[in-house]
Amino acid sequence: MRKLLTLRQQEERDGFWMLLPAIGVFGVISVLPILFTLVLSFTDTPLSNPTPQNFVGLKNFLAFINSKDFWASIWRTFYFTSVSVGLELILGLGIALLIHSKPFGWQFLRASLIIPWAVPTIVNGAIWRWIYNADYGALNGLLYSLGIIEKYQAWLTKPFLAMNLVIVADVWHSVPFIALILQAALATIPREIEEASMIDGASVWQRFVHIRLQLLRPAILVALVVRTVEAFRVFDIIYVITQGGPAFGTVTISYLTYLESFTYGHLGSGSALSFLISAITLMLALIYIRILYRPEVQK
Amino acid sequence: MTKLYRITMIVVLIAMAISMTSCGAKPESTEKSVKVLAMQQAGPTPEEMNEIVAKFNESNPGIKVNIDYVSYDALHDKIATSMATNPPAYDVILVDDIWYAEFAKNGYLWDVTSKISKETKDSIFAAAWDITTVNGVTYGMPWLLDEKYFFYNEKMLADAGIAAPPKTWEELEAQSLILKEKGIVEYPIVWSWAQAETAICDFVALLYGNGGRFTDENGKPAFNEAAGVETLQWMVDSIDKGIVNPASISYVEEDVRNTFSQGKAAFAINWLYMYELAAINTDESQVVGQVKMSLIPAFEGNAAPSSSINGSMGFSVVDKSPNREEAWKYVEFLTSEEIQREYSAHLPPVWSGNYEGEALNELMALNESNPVTVPMFKEQFPYSHVRPKVPYYAEGSKALQLALQEALTKSKTPQQALDDAAAKWIELAK
Amino acid sequence: MKRLTRFIKNSWLVVFMVPVLLFIYAPITWLITSSISTRAQLLAMPPRFFPENPTLKNYMDILVPGTAVSEVARTFKITLGNSLLVALVTTVICLIIASLAAYALARLRLRYKNNFIMGILSIRMIPEISLVIPLFIAAARFGWLDKPLVLIVTYLSFALPFAIWMLTTFFETIPIEMEDAALIDGSSRLNTLFKVILPLASPGIVSTALFIFLLAWDEFFFALIFTSTTASKTVPVAIAEFTGRYAVDITAMMTGGVLAALPPVILALLFQRYIVSGLSAGAVKG
Repeated sequence: MRKLLTLRQQEERDGFWMLLPAIGVFGVISVLPILFTLVLSFTDTPLSNPTPQNFVGLKNFLAFINSKDFWASIWRTFYFTSVSVGLELILGLGIALLIHSKPFGWQFLRASLIIPWAVPTIVNGAIWRWIYNADYGALNGLLYSLGIIEKYQAWLTKPFLAMNLVIVADVWHSVPFIALILQAALATIPREIEEASMIDGASVWQRFVHIRLQLLRPAILVALVVRTVEAFRVFDIIYVITQGGPAFGTVTISYLTYLESFTYGHLGSGSALSFLISAITLMLALIYIRILYRPEVQK
Repeated sequence: MTKLYRITMIVVLIAMAISMTSCGAKPESTEKSVKVLAMQQAGPTPEEMNEIVAKFNESNPGIKVNIDYVSYDALHDKIATSMATNPPAYDVILVDDIWYAEFAKNGYLWDVTSKISKETKDSIFAAAWDITTVNGVTYGMPWLLDEKYFFYNEKMLADAGIAAPPKTWEELEAQSLILKEKGIVEYPIVWSWAQAETAICDFVALLYGNGGRFTDENGKPAFNEAAGVETLQWMVDSIDKGIVNPASISYVEEDVRNTFSQGKAAFAINWLYMYELAAINTDESQVVGQVKMSLIPAFEGNAAPSSSINGSMGFSVVDKSPNREEAWKYVEFLTSEEIQREYSAHLPPVWSGNYEGEALNELMALNESNPVTVPMFKEQFPYSHVRPKVPYYAEGSKALQLALQEALTKSKTPQQALDDAAAKWIELAK
Repeated sequence: MKRLTRFIKNSWLVVFMVPVLLFIYAPITWLITSSISTRAQLLAMPPRFFPENPTLKNYMDILVPGTAVSEVARTFKITLGNSLLVALVTTVICLIIASLAAYALARLRLRYKNNFIMGILSIRMIPEISLVIPLFIAAARFGWLDKPLVLIVTYLSFALPFAIWMLTTFFETIPIEMEDAALIDGSSRLNTLFKVILPLASPGIVSTALFIFLLAWDEFFFALIFTSTTASKTVPVAIAEFTGRYAVDITAMMTGGVLAALPPVILALLFQRYIVSGLSAGAVKG
């Protein structure tokens, strides 16, 4: 005799079954591995024999805290993330406003934005690598023919410059994302609010800051969180353009983890590193949410 | 929720669980296949490799050979990640001299000591066996006996009134200044000093020509001794003096070849493969007919007149491969004397008999480059030096690569950079 | 007068548009023109903006069997197929699992709903690098390395949270009344999902499918570690192999780049309406 359930209980039961596949997948593919990573980070497991072994306690973590390379790569990753995301936000906002004002050809601009975004990151890296090429690259060619430089430069051989050039490549690829999100959000601002503020005699700047920016808060939050998390774990573009060089100048924390795990074959310390990355990423996301998530203020 | 849905869910989950645990047992196909991982940039071209496979199939029809190519820099990591699977992704791998110790220690390589007949052993250069042998156990067939050679553009030198190529690096400096002054070439010499293994190769060639050495008798790093620091300082200074192409610090061997082949350098050192492409191949080079080779110079006062780097490679069978015997057959065929002689334009044979008497003449007649490259190989080989055969070479090398870059980009002094690298080596040895 | 001010305003803005468009199109053009040049033309100094004799030879090399000069070019086609397979299957599986989950989250009153959503968001934060080592070890143990299957399964780790998030947002926008009518008629939840929600949310589903396909096509890191041979190698890995330090084959690299970029770019442009709506759904709902 089947028990009769209340409607609420029925929903819970149905919900359980519908969520089960997703829970199953997550459990196996995400939760278990990350616990495993934690376990591995306390070991010294070699790549050649990848079963957990050699318990070493906190040695991996301590080694990093004492390692210059580690802190350098953390610094570089923060630099990359902040400059990259910062630029993208500013440019993205600008482009979004531009489209929103609907000048002639704004649809074309919006459609064009999709192209850099849809191009795979590896192809993006390949394009820019070729542009920055020391002997035949377009950057050299362009600057030389404009008379800006006397001689062709080997752009990617200077560590700090290389990092910034990688940022440019990343910005090209990611600005469309932010621009499109912000533009979509702008488009949802009810006309009445915009018109009301215009009637009130508010200046353009006031309108911008108090109305638009506030209303854009949720969209900016989403864009920031997504981009920051992505930028923090950047790997693909570094692998293609500089392979971490020159002189380790573009070794970000993800690249360092790759080196540790798969080039040097220390899965234990690689796990420790990756665990650290997850922790930092999660923290960053939480910080953002705290700062930017406030109840909306209606004017 | 319908009963049907729930049952389906359970069935699917169970199926997933079963498939996960039972995977790994694959049905064996009747045709044996040998998967090879190789590198494209030295030795025979992929077309030639395919020809060799076709020939192999004449005598071994049931064995299918598939070759994958990656760049040298990706080869090491690729091998490491593909060995972890069971069965491994490849049956035959191309192994660089410097990785043999590491791979042997990790159990990737099949011990083939017993499969090599005495005859074979004696017919191949002893130095070649050193490459594939670790602690007395042989793990593969030597295949590419390569070293770097000194190339120079005879026409440029003649235009500058220089009669003979330099015998010492000091002489090279002097000649370079003349070339530069006369406007014949802006940067007379181009090197491959990118932050990669290739920079270490160049450094080693220079180091031993300065009376220095990589490690001392006890295996401890010695590259930061006076001779090493001096050598690195010379490298840094030579860029400042304008005789070295400044882009060299991001160049690898192909860039050196390109630069030289376009007549933008008068001197260069590179592996053997560059000769045919620069001196003979009109599609690839603009300086055909102007290219000559000579012994790599050493520094004045050095005991030996020349010093080069030994960058050899061997083909090995993967220990956990399910097709070891077939794989070994292929390796034997690929490295056999006839095949090596036939394709000797891009790699000198490891079979020593070819370098004496009648055999030598025959070898030299086989193609256009041999008359130059074969005697050159013979001449340079005694002076070529190897890098340390230690299991942690990959990591240690990265530290030294970094040191060289740091010194060349002037972010550290040579002494500082080399000391830091040496400290890393000592740490790794523990 | 108003038309004049509007015209002035428009031109003022168009001035801004030009640099933006240049910035967007310059690298793309460079990519395309490089792919239709010969190697010799590319190695000319200074570089020409447009090659003298554009040629389709590079494309022939890759696409037409038997004419390939470079080995890597020959196998490029195979990797295109692999990428397509992995991306399609991942998308389909994701949609199925995510639809179920999204429906539950959007419609049902569940005690643990918020926890689950938090959980999903956190999972989305986990960088690939943290999952790769244990997944690698597990895949090695089960002999799954170098098979498309391993990619499909591991891609779910980032594709699924994303899909659930997007679909939940879309489902929430469908008015409850539509379902209530069906439920009152005695339809089961599952039935409602299929017959009512999915058809109504189809733009959202197309949008989500598009995003997942692009994500999967684009993915590099897992592919790099989990694949070795052409049995499973995907396009990003193939391109990365062109660009090893020995970038001899620049034309092949650029040609491969164009080929690799074509599917996602064409799809995105064709369905741009859905992309934009997908992004705005994300932006507005957060």
